[in-house]
Amino acid sequence: MIQAIVFLPLLAAIVAGLGQRAIGPFAAKLVTTGALFASCALSWPIFLSFVTGSGEASVTTVLHWVSSGALEFNWELRIDTLTAVMLVVITTVSSLVHLYSWGYMEEDPDQPRFFAYLSLFTFAMLMLVTANNLVQMFFGWEGVGLASYLLIGFWYKKPSANAAAIKAFVVNRVGDLGFMLGIFGTFLVFGTVSIPDILHAAPGMAGSSISFMGMRLDTMTILCLLLFIGAMGKSAQLGLHTWLPDAMEGPTPVSALIHAATMVTAGVFMVCRLSPMFETAPVAQGVVMFVGAATCFFAATVATTQWDIKRVIAYSTCSQLGYMFFAAGAGAYGAAMFHLFTHAFFKALLFLGAGSVIHAMHHEQDMRYYGNLRKHIPITYWAMMLGTLAITGVGIAGVVGFAGFYSKDGILEAAFASGGGGVVAFWVGIFVAFLTSFYSWRLVFLAFYGKPRWERSEHIQHAVHGDHHDHPSDEHAGDDHARAQHQDRHGDGTAGYHPHESPLSMLIPLGVLSLGAVFAGIAFHKQFIYPEEGATFWAGSMMAFDEHLMHAAHVVPLWVKWTPFTVMAIGLFLAWNSYIRNTSLPGRFVAQFKLLHQFLYNKWYFDELYNILFVKPAFAIGRFFWKKGDEGTIDRFGPDGAAALVAGGTRLAVRLQSGYVYGYAFVMLLGLVGFASWAMVKFL
Amino acid sequence: MSGFPILSLMLAVPVVGAIACLFAGDRNARLIALAATLVDLALGIMLWAQFDIGGAQWQFTERADLFGRFQWALGIDGLALMLIMLSVFLMPLCILASWDAIKQRVGLYMAMFLIMQTVMIGVFMAQDLLLFYIFFEAGLIPMYFIIGIWGGANRKYAAFKFFLYTLLGSVLMLIAMIAMIAEAGTTDIPTLMSYNFPVEMQTWLWLAFFASLAVKMPMWPVHTWLPDAHVQAPTAGSMILAGVLLKLGGYGFVRFMMPMFPDASAQLMWIVFALSMVAVVYTSLVALVQSDMKKLIAYSSVAHMAIVTAGLFAFNQQGIEGAMIVMLSHGVVSAALFFCVGVIYDRLHTREIDRYGGLAVNMPAYALFFMLFTMASIGLPGTSGFVGEFLSIAGIYEASSWVAFICTTGIILGAAYMLYLYRRIIFGELTKDDVKAMPDLNAREWAITAPLAAVALWMGVYPESFLAPMRGDVTAVVARLAPAKPAGDAHVSAGKPKAAAAEHGAAPAGDAPRAGGSQ
Repeated sequence: MIQAIVFLPLLAAIVAGLGQRAIGPFAAKLVTTGALFASCALSWPIFLSFVTGSGEASVTTVLHWVSSGALEFNWELRIDTLTAVMLVVITTVSSLVHLYSWGYMEEDPDQPRFFAYLSLFTFAMLMLVTANNLVQMFFGWEGVGLASYLLIGFWYKKPSANAAAIKAFVVNRVGDLGFMLGIFGTFLVFGTVSIPDILHAAPGMAGSSISFMGMRLDTMTILCLLLFIGAMGKSAQLGLHTWLPDAMEGPTPVSALIHAATMVTAGVFMVCRLSPMFETAPVAQGVVMFVGAATCFFAATVATTQWDIKRVIAYSTCSQLGYMFFAAGAGAYGAAMFHLFTHAFFKALLFLGAGSVIHAMHHEQDMRYYGNLRKHIPITYWAMMLGTLAITGVGIAGVVGFAGFYSKDGILEAAFASGGGGVVAFWVGIFVAFLTSFYSWRLVFLAFYGKPRWERSEHIQHAVHGDHHDHPSDEHAGDDHARAQHQDRHGDGTAGYHPHESPLSMLIPLGVLSLGAVFAGIAFHKQFIYPEEGATFWAGSMMAFDEHLMHAAHVVPLWVKWTPFTVMAIGLFLAWNSYIRNTSLPGRFVAQFKLLHQFLYNKWYFDELYNILFVKPAFAIGRFFWKKGDEGTIDRFGPDGAAALVAGGTRLAVRLQSGYVYGYAFVMLLGLVGFASWAMVKFL
Repeated sequence: MSGFPILSLMLAVPVVGAIACLFAGDRNARLIALAATLVDLALGIMLWAQFDIGGAQWQFTERADLFGRFQWALGIDGLALMLIMLSVFLMPLCILASWDAIKQRVGLYMAMFLIMQTVMIGVFMAQDLLLFYIFFEAGLIPMYFIIGIWGGANRKYAAFKFFLYTLLGSVLMLIAMIAMIAEAGTTDIPTLMSYNFPVEMQTWLWLAFFASLAVKMPMWPVHTWLPDAHVQAPTAGSMILAGVLLKLGGYGFVRFMMPMFPDASAQLMWIVFALSMVAVVYTSLVALVQSDMKKLIAYSSVAHMAIVTAGLFAFNQQGIEGAMIVMLSHGVVSAALFFCVGVIYDRLHTREIDRYGGLAVNMPAYALFFMLFTMASIGLPGTSGFVGEFLSIAGIYEASSWVAFICTTGIILGAAYMLYLYRRIIFGELTKDDVKAMPDLNAREWAITAPLAAVALWMGVYPESFLAPMRGDVTAVVARLAPAKPAGDAHVSAGKPKAAAAEHGAAPAGDAPRAGGSQ
């Protein structure tokens, strides 16, 4: 069965990708979407069997892969609790995104290719989470990287999309450098790359030391840090995050699937999967927590200033991933996985909702040109509303709440309970919860409330003036239409444009994900983070689950439980005050704190810095090596120089190009060979 | 050992074909060449099928005395078998690649390729030192003519540069070989592989071999002939140059230098490591700024070969097996990439990257294959490139984490230059009229790319087929090197579990002996 779950998407990708001309676009879409729904239907029973406690971990060997000396690894599919959680996340979101794309990509001429890429991605992601050895995990790791590259650059005619695709791949490769060295080091130390064997042996290596690049370091610390560099790349953590916002160049369903719900959480998954290793390396855990908290803070600050709706959500994702990492760093892996689980639903919902907005607004993504959309696209509005309630963590402690409420509070409480650096992380988390609330509500208010500000958008103008011939019989035609046209001349900001609610294929996924955003927390929080139920649930997963910590998290003081809700309310109020009640406030604020705003708006200048530090020097040095090294030194004093010498001086150098001079060199060499032959005869 | 001289037959078929080509018309010459190479491929497959994995080290041996100490001594082990398979697999594809592109002196051209095939597989089969040398050097001559006659505008410069570099190195190797024969009193390669040369003599023998093999590899800084040779060579010439000729150097390392001079190899491994590290970074950066497609791929070849040399000198199973797989993988993938360049060169007659763009629109099949080979070149798991790079760097890491780190940076730069190349050729808006008019792959081109793609994937998903025949021979080399092998730099030392966990940070708290001393 697990083979079907994993390989159906691959099969579908091959059929749709290579056979698109034979079977046509409709069949290609049907095959891929059907395969994903089948995978999804097979995954849920596995997950539920673990929830009810009847599931058992298993490993299925598919094919031998490599054996070289002691280094041996196979293609294997592992199922346990951790994998089961990821299986349902991946297959559910992926199948819904497939369905959503029927509507969203309807006008695209290249649909079979798009669906093939989506299915290929799903296959790679499933290989990643079912890996039983580090190398197969790396296979999935790189496979999702490839799919991400292909999908970001899906509209390959756009230079910006191509640049973003390459950036995503190359920045991820920087992380992969750490991952690969981590695998090599792990193999060196443990003599195996099998994950169960490594995790079993890890405690025995605690406290040992190893030389790495001339330094004497604690073995487990350096191994965990190297592997974590890989996780940082894939999960867009501070320093290696620059590719994620640019990845929004891809179609929106891709952003929902890859850059929100699944691929970017691979790093969190990896840390949880290898948690017994991290448990033996407190320093590495500290680094994980610090990087997580820093990313969480950084991304949230940037998100408050962005105008592009997708970029706001992208930075929000980055920030939420930071939450997951600092939970993992605090040792609360259950909480990290729980947030991963709920986040997948509400973040996919927000992205798909944003896609629905963009669809309605004729590809306009700038929130400055939105406004008042709740009246025009009410279903999308409600979906976004539920997603926002989930991400900002609305809920009443101890009673009921949206999905994000359970998981985020779980993380914050666990961080607080872990003490030490965890308390610092807790306060950072609280501040970020405030920022999260502010930027999320800012998005909702800008897009759905206030007056329409559509007329300034070029996309809308283009739609109004270019679309008349395409859609002569407007759905909203009639009085409404005439009135809007009329009012436009009176400056109501609509420019006579009518946003349409999206088709059913897009609304159904929104509805299903809304259910997840509302109920995923309340339904599963006991299994994920409660001390006793959690211990049973995670028992078969090899994941380190600290009952004491989760118990301590459960009994934190009441103010700890209520602070997140309070800051959320403050954020909501501030957003309402700035974007509905007193809309001139943000402008005045920006004018007052221009430097700060510029710093945040330009994303802390990471891109500019990397450009100066890495990209430009790489090209400059490459050019230098080529012109001055190869041509200016090696060739000049090497073959060209030798040829010139043989010819008796530089005056003949002009004839170099004709090759005659090389003839002399040739003759000389023949002489040498003759000498050697003579020597040979003499010796023999 | 069967009595049937299959190795001699494999050497003879192309020679007969070559002679026939010289006297045939253009069309017949093509057919004869294709037939001859296909026969050799079939013989190669028979060879592989009959090869007894885990059996005798040398199989299919043939021996006949010629004159003096010269012997017609052939025989193969697993390493040779795999490289022979690579050669016989690529050769028919090269002939097909030249089908329409070569219009002048077709008979001579095909004859040159067939002669090249004989000498290439001869190198891998030879069991006599002098026979090996003859094959090794003879490979230069057809390549020299292929570049010099059917090459691009600046072909003479490239051909002479190629000749000058490679011959200069091999003179030194010949002198070293003569000294070896004088010392050991035999030309038999298997005997020499277990002969213990005096340590001080090993050093200069090693250096002399190194001078020759480093050029063939090519290693930095004697690599500058390669970009010129590739740029000027016709497509099939580049394919065979990158596919097989560059492997002669690596084969020489693992067949001669490492088992014959183990002490010198251990002493001088730092030279190999240093040059390899420089090459990975240096040539990758140079590749990044190239505007000529062939030059870019040529520089990337140098970077890949640097992983081979570093992997071989890791002196362990993973390193050497990985290096062998990198050689096989690079043989397939770089040949495929050069063919991909050839496909569009045939249509537009320029290698300037900027002249292209947007080919995904009108050449989707081509774009797909090119993507696959690009990914194989940058070592995506599931393709051949990954298995080789992963194994060899895993081996290198055991020897030195520094070298492994530098070599791994190559995977970042490799992704950068290959994807940058792909983007400029395949992606973007299709604006230029002449580019718009380019048709997608035809049947002949499909017949070339599809097998290459299949092998690249096969080697990535189930490399055991290729690793199994080589395993025993690599173990033998590792065992031969074991006494001289220096320890790796990792020095793992166990600590006291839990006690050190409380300590803060990277201090050598867990280093048991030291901790014990200080307490």
